[in-house]
Amino acid sequence: MTQRQGGFKQQILRFGLRWTPPFSDNPAAKGGDVADNGRNAGEGYALLTPTLVVMGLALAAPLALMAVTSLKDQSGMGFAAGWTLDQYGAVLGRASYRLLFLRSVAISAVVTLVTVALAYPMAYFVAFHARRKFFWLVALTIPFWTSYLLRVFAWKIILGYGGVINSGLMRLHLIDQPLGVLLYNPFAVVVTLAHAWAAFAILPIYVSLEKIDRSLLEAASDLGDSALRRFLRITLPLSMPGVIGAAVLIFVPTTGDFVTPSLVGGPAGTMIANLIEVQFNGVGNWPLGAALSLVSMAMVAVIAGLFVASARAAAKAAR
Amino acid sequence: MKNKSLLLYAFAYLAFLYVPVLVLPVFSFNDSQFIAFPLSGFTTRWYGALAGDSAMQHALGNSLKVGIVTALLSTMLGLAAARAVTRYRLRGAGAALGFISLPLFIPDIVLGLSLLMLLGAMGLPLSLAAVMLGHLLVCVPFALTVLIARFEGFDRNLEEASADLGEDGWMTFWRITAPLMLPGIIASLLLTFITSFDEFLVAFFLSGTEATLPIYIWGQLRFPERLPMVLALGAVILAVSVVLVICAEHVRNLGVKNRVVGA
Repeated sequence: MTQRQGGFKQQILRFGLRWTPPFSDNPAAKGGDVADNGRNAGEGYALLTPTLVVMGLALAAPLALMAVTSLKDQSGMGFAAGWTLDQYGAVLGRASYRLLFLRSVAISAVVTLVTVALAYPMAYFVAFHARRKFFWLVALTIPFWTSYLLRVFAWKIILGYGGVINSGLMRLHLIDQPLGVLLYNPFAVVVTLAHAWAAFAILPIYVSLEKIDRSLLEAASDLGDSALRRFLRITLPLSMPGVIGAAVLIFVPTTGDFVTPSLVGGPAGTMIANLIEVQFNGVGNWPLGAALSLVSMAMVAVIAGLFVASARAAAKAAR
Repeated sequence: MKNKSLLLYAFAYLAFLYVPVLVLPVFSFNDSQFIAFPLSGFTTRWYGALAGDSAMQHALGNSLKVGIVTALLSTMLGLAAARAVTRYRLRGAGAALGFISLPLFIPDIVLGLSLLMLLGAMGLPLSLAAVMLGHLLVCVPFALTVLIARFEGFDRNLEEASADLGEDGWMTFWRITAPLMLPGIIASLLLTFITSFDEFLVAFFLSGTEATLPIYIWGQLRFPERLPMVLALGAVILAVSVVLVICAEHVRNLGVKNRVVGA
């Protein structure tokens, strides 16, 4: 009775889901019973389709248009006729642009390193030693529930010339003059970003630590591994997916961050996003802005890709 | 011994996270336009000014709309896609997954600007709908990451056992899959909502005249005399979040109890 009813409901469900999946030329999708564990592969493709359509519309089409625009020349409010590689020549040729690219990557790399290194022991503590995990996870995420802009701005208040640190130190008579070196430099950008992106390091690392099978750790101890050796041979390698994920999650957005360099970077802390923004909102050179965007995107993708590949290779070699 | 030092580190880390954030409430109650020590007295006038600011209320409404729609849509899309790639052996699933995760590898400013150019080329106006589309782009990969981790983390044998014991597909879904997925779904909803509610850069290019809350805040930061009010806003967001999280925890506990009683 239950069996038959279930079959019927499943039929309805399958019927509802099986509407021309995009990859229906795949023999497995037509076959019906070829799927894994008795399920229909068509269902799988149908489940995947809506997401692919949205991403195609909002990601692929705009990027294609951006690529086309980058091959144009700005002419008044519109684009000049014909195609040109001038924008890319300018992007790669100008020393001031190259400096901004280099600085963005360097600041981001330092931020990523600092953030992940600070977050790992924290995540480790919550995963293995905290008695009330949920309390800790909530406590760690609450600071990120207020505005990103204001978290960044808080550092401007803290580090500023008349800010919290300077006014506090002067009040305590530790300094006579406000320190000018705290704000408007790459250091301020690094501190601010390392704070602002901490949750993106803690959570993925915590998740991967939490997934580790505790019996592996017991086995390592039983077989005579010291705590350190056990950490290096079991815990660290098994948590690498979280570490790699965290690093990418932080590196990519911080390289292209606009808010932090604008608020606390000053001239010495200006990054590539500031230059790109000016092309769209300031001088109005969309083709140059498009080329700058695509080059920075490619650069970030290549660096992140190389990092992931080498981290995986290293993890494999260690095993 | 080692646990002690870890605990100490954990509290130091919490301090690092909280001290800058506590600047917001502390100076929002300070009776001075200038954000500096010494504190000059207690006042609630900045909160009064905030409550009377209609532009802020409008922006808040916009952000809530965009955030809720984005969270629901991206979690639904993520759920379907996560189930597809973890439960079915599909050709090209890896490529599809890579494509969906692509925004994780692209700086937000590029995502926002490319959408801006598309809207321009299609003659479409800047709007909250455009912001939503941009936020979907940013949020779907997050939802997918969270949900795939959850799907992979759970034992498929439980579903099969349920089927073997005579449960039909729906009952298996409601009694096994949904309860096991619920933490993942909640995590995804929260993560995508926060991401959208707080997203600045994409909205900066796409919102046009309809400001979201971050766009409103950005506009206020230029006026030093309005700073304490903006800090009050940050403090309010923080307080509401804390209450929300406590409520979510309470509901979660209720859910756990009911399931135990029901079983």
